[in-house]
Amino acid sequence: MADELMLEIVTPEEMVFGKEVEDVYIPGEEGAFGVLIGHAPMLSAVRPGELHFHRGGRELFYAVGEGYAEVTSERVTLLVETCERSDRIDADKVKRRKEEVENKLAGLAKDDSEVEKLQAELEMADIRLKVSEKG
Amino acid sequence: MAESLRDIRRKTQAVEKTKQITRAMNMVAASKLKNAQTRMENFRPYASKVMEVLQSLASEMQSSANPLLAIREPKRVKIILMTSDKGLCGGFNTNVIKAAEEFTRSLKREEKEISLVAVGKKGRDHFRRRTTMAGHYIDVLGKFTMDLAVEIGNEVIFSFEEAEYDELYIIYNEFKNVASQKPKIVRLLPLVAEDLNEGESVFGDYIYEPSDEVLFARLIPMYIKVQIFNGLLETSAGEHGARMVAMENASSSCEEMIENLTLQFNKARQAAITAELMDIVGGTEALAKSS
Repeated sequence: MADELMLEIVTPEEMVFGKEVEDVYIPGEEGAFGVLIGHAPMLSAVRPGELHFHRGGRELFYAVGEGYAEVTSERVTLLVETCERSDRIDADKVKRRKEEVENKLAGLAKDDSEVEKLQAELEMADIRLKVSEKG
Repeated sequence: MAESLRDIRRKTQAVEKTKQITRAMNMVAASKLKNAQTRMENFRPYASKVMEVLQSLASEMQSSANPLLAIREPKRVKIILMTSDKGLCGGFNTNVIKAAEEFTRSLKREEKEISLVAVGKKGRDHFRRRTTMAGHYIDVLGKFTMDLAVEIGNEVIFSFEEAEYDELYIIYNEFKNVASQKPKIVRLLPLVAEDLNEGESVFGDYIYEPSDEVLFARLIPMYIKVQIFNGLLETSAGEHGARMVAMENASSSCEEMIENLTLQFNKARQAAITAELMDIVGGTEALAKSS
């Protein structure tokens, strides 16, 4: 279908998605942006956040990690560290993990090298939870 | 009779048991190999995309003051050596360790200081007393994700930026096919233009967000991690491939041994029967004479 946008989401573990979509909204480094077919070529950093798009009249939500997006007029390629669809996220599990991380953080000194990593994980957990509610 | 029948039978049974184990290990390795190969295939699009984007930004290199491009006189060299944690996989570890030995020897001749980061137990055990260890990651290859590559990557990138060493190499077994792995030595840092073999910039008039310098600076660490992850994947696939082949060979050796032992057993049994017959015949003759 030439009048639809091809969306590819690639993580180191697998190719998560590779089909035509009607539009896509990407959490860009400098703010979220939407892409429709015919967009100007662009290369953008992606920050952890919520990605969503329409396909066949349905709106799908994904929680994505850090990465890059390459946009051409008929194709969007996302390179991200992680990517999960909203209905595949186990909210309870994420909550439990979040608590664990919070407890760990509370016990650490502010300048500990672990802190940054844990905070990033916490941020990702929040995004996951938010996205999972949209299922 | 060199060996009693019972001894031979006991031996046969022992070899039979060994064969069962090697057969099982062969099958386990085969299924793990399949898994590892799928992961390698799944990773390929990601890796090639990262390379593509990085290449397209390679023109940034001249102007960039990124600390990861800093070319210093290579006095201190860091090596990431990837081996397996477990043995019983033929020459898999021996080959890569030998390559690492040769490499470090030639570096030492040039009076360079070497520190080693060992991934996998076998490499660490070999080099523990021979080289300075900068770190090791043990028992991680059974089940790993990109996180491991990120962890290793961050560590080596941080110490490079702190100028703790001047060059970074990675040594691992390249997965050619199931039966053959070849040790490969790749220089990761500092990154120089030739490593990227600057492709035609497919991104000519792209909009960059944020700026192309920032993107480039973020992509270099990512490139390092991709390379490390690739090494990990190839090591893991290679290990299972090598083990599969080694266990296949072991199983057929077992079969051969069993065949030989069975032959020996049958001969010994026949000899025993013959001896007994001789006894009986001798006995009856003696009886006939005496009566």
